[in-house]
Amino acid sequence: MSNRRAPFPLSLYYFSIIAFLYLPIVVLFLFSINTNTTFSFPLKGLTFDWYQKLFQADAVLRAARNSLIVASGSSFAATLLGIMVSILMMRYQFRSKTLLLGLAALPLIVPYVVLGVALLLLFSVLHVDRSLLTVGIAHTVVALPYTLLIIASRLAGFDASIEEAAMDLGADYPTTLRRVVLPLILPAIVSAWLTAFTVSFDEFALALFLAGTQPTFPVYLFSQLRFANRLPIMIALAVLLMIGTLTLVFIAERFRRRET
Amino acid sequence: MDKDVGRGKGRSVTPTRPAVTLPHFLKKMGEGRGGGLDRRSTFLILYLPPLIWLGLFFLIPILLMAAFSFRADTYGSLFENWNLGLNQYATIAATGSYWRLLGVSSLIALVISISAVVLSYPLSYFLAFHAGKRAGLYLVLLLVPFWTSYLLRVMAWKIMLGTDGVINSLLMYTGVIKAPLEALLYNRSAVILTLIYVWIPFAALPILAALQRIEWTLFEAAADLGARPFHQFMRITLPLSLPGVLAAFFMVFIPTIGEYVTPLLVGGSRGFMYGNIIQDFFTKAANWPLGSALSMIMLAATLILVFIATRLIKLEDLLQ
Repeated sequence: MSNRRAPFPLSLYYFSIIAFLYLPIVVLFLFSINTNTTFSFPLKGLTFDWYQKLFQADAVLRAARNSLIVASGSSFAATLLGIMVSILMMRYQFRSKTLLLGLAALPLIVPYVVLGVALLLLFSVLHVDRSLLTVGIAHTVVALPYTLLIIASRLAGFDASIEEAAMDLGADYPTTLRRVVLPLILPAIVSAWLTAFTVSFDEFALALFLAGTQPTFPVYLFSQLRFANRLPIMIALAVLLMIGTLTLVFIAERFRRRET
Repeated sequence: MDKDVGRGKGRSVTPTRPAVTLPHFLKKMGEGRGGGLDRRSTFLILYLPPLIWLGLFFLIPILLMAAFSFRADTYGSLFENWNLGLNQYATIAATGSYWRLLGVSSLIALVISISAVVLSYPLSYFLAFHAGKRAGLYLVLLLVPFWTSYLLRVMAWKIMLGTDGVINSLLMYTGVIKAPLEALLYNRSAVILTLIYVWIPFAALPILAALQRIEWTLFEAAADLGARPFHQFMRITLPLSLPGVLAAFFMVFIPTIGEYVTPLLVGGSRGFMYGNIIQDFFTKAANWPLGSALSMIMLAATLILVFIATRLIKLEDLLQ
C-alpha cells in the first residue's frame, strides 16, 4: 500500500468507465449539430442551424421558461422551509420533533410515481387545476430533504455558544437568528437553493403527472419525442440547458466547499 | 406561560436576558414573563409553515391514496358512491401478472444495483488510494455525467440503441452487420443498461466516503505483520468499506424499483416495470382506486426495504 502510484489496470479501468459515461453526452452534442434529423453514420454534415431555429421555436422556449418559473419558485420555498426545519432540528427540543423530521426526510424514499399519483389525487379532490403551481408544490416537497441536509450540516458545524453570546449581549432570539445565525449559514443557504433549483429544473417523473396544459421543459421534450423532425431543436436547447445546469452545480459546489 | 415555553426551549438559550430586549408587545402584556414569548413565537413561526406544507402536500395525499385504495367501486366521480371494500386488493391478489411484474421489477432493480455497485467499487478504490493529488479533479470528471439531466442521459441511450441509431448505423457502416439489430432497444436489457449507466457515478460516492475513512495505520500495521496486498484488501479494505457498499446498494435499489420513466423511453411494452402499470391506471386506463392499491403495495415494499436498510447500516456512518 505504500506505493501510491496507480496500478496500470486500475487507472485504465477508471478512464474507460469515464469514457463510457461521457459517450452518450458527446452523442447528444453531435446530434445537436448534425444536419440530419436522425443520428446515423455516416454523418452528412455539421450545422448550427438547430441552434438558430431554436430561437424561433416559441413552444420550446415557453416550456423552458415554465421550467425556470417552477424551479425558481420551488427552490425558494424549499430553501425557506429547509432553513426553518434545520433550525428547529439543531436548536430546539420539542415533542413532535421526530415526526416533523421524518415527514421532511421521507420524500427521499417514497417512489416518485407514488408521490406523483398521490398529489394528482389530492389536486383532483380539491378541484385544483393542474398547472405550474402544482408542479412547483411537488418539487418543493422532494427538494426539502436536500435543502434540510445541506443547511443542518452547516448549523451543526458552528458552536451554538455564538448565539448565546448574542443573547447575553441583549439580542432577542429573532434578532439573533437574523443577525448571527443567518449570515453564518449563508453559504449553505446558497448551496441549498442551487441544489433545489437543479433538482426541480430536471425533474420529469412528478411533472408528467402534475403539469396539465403548461408543460415544463422535460415534459415538453417527452411529448415531442414522436416528432423526429423537431428532435434536433429540442436536443439543441437541452444541450444549452445542460451547460446552464452544470454551471449552477459548479457554483453550488464551490459554495459548499468554501464553508468546510 | 413559562410552562408552554418548554416546548420551544433549546439548549442554546440562556435564561438570563436583560429586560430591555423584550419585544414591545410583550412589555405591554406585563412584566416578569421572562422574555420567553419571543422564543415561543419564533418557534411557531419556524414550526407551522413546514408542518402545514408537509401535512397538506405530503402526508394527506398519501393518506388520501390509502383511502382510495379501499374504495370498492372503480368508476364514477371522485366522492360519489364511496363504498369501502377490499375489492382492489382482491383484484391485485388474483391477478398473477401484477405480482410477476413486481417480482421482475425487483429482480431488475437487484441486477442494476449490484452491477452499479460492482462497477463503481474500483472507481472509488482508485480515487481513494491511487489518484493522489488529482483525486478531486477525477471525482469531478466522474460526477459531471451525474449532474447532467437524467432525462437527457436516458434519451441519449434511445438515440444510441435505436434501429437507425448510433450503434446500428455504425455497425452497418463498417460492414459488421447487414440489417439493423432490432433487439437493442425496447426491452428489459435496454432498461438495465441505461439505468446502470445512470447510477454508476451515484453508487461510487458512498463507497468512496467509506474507503476514505479507513485509517492508514491499519495498512501499515498489516504490512508490518506481513500481509500481502490481496490479504490487506480482503481483511481490511473490503470489510471496512462494507457500510458504504450497502448504502450504495440501497441508494440505487430504492429509486430503481419505483422507476417508470426509463422503461417508458427505452423499455417499450416489453421493458415495462411495476411503476408503469401505476402510471397507466392513473392516465390511460383511468382506474384510480386500483392504481392507488398498486401504489400502496409499492410504498409498503419500499418502506420495508428502507427499514431493513436502516437495520443494516448505521446512518451516522454515512454522514461525514
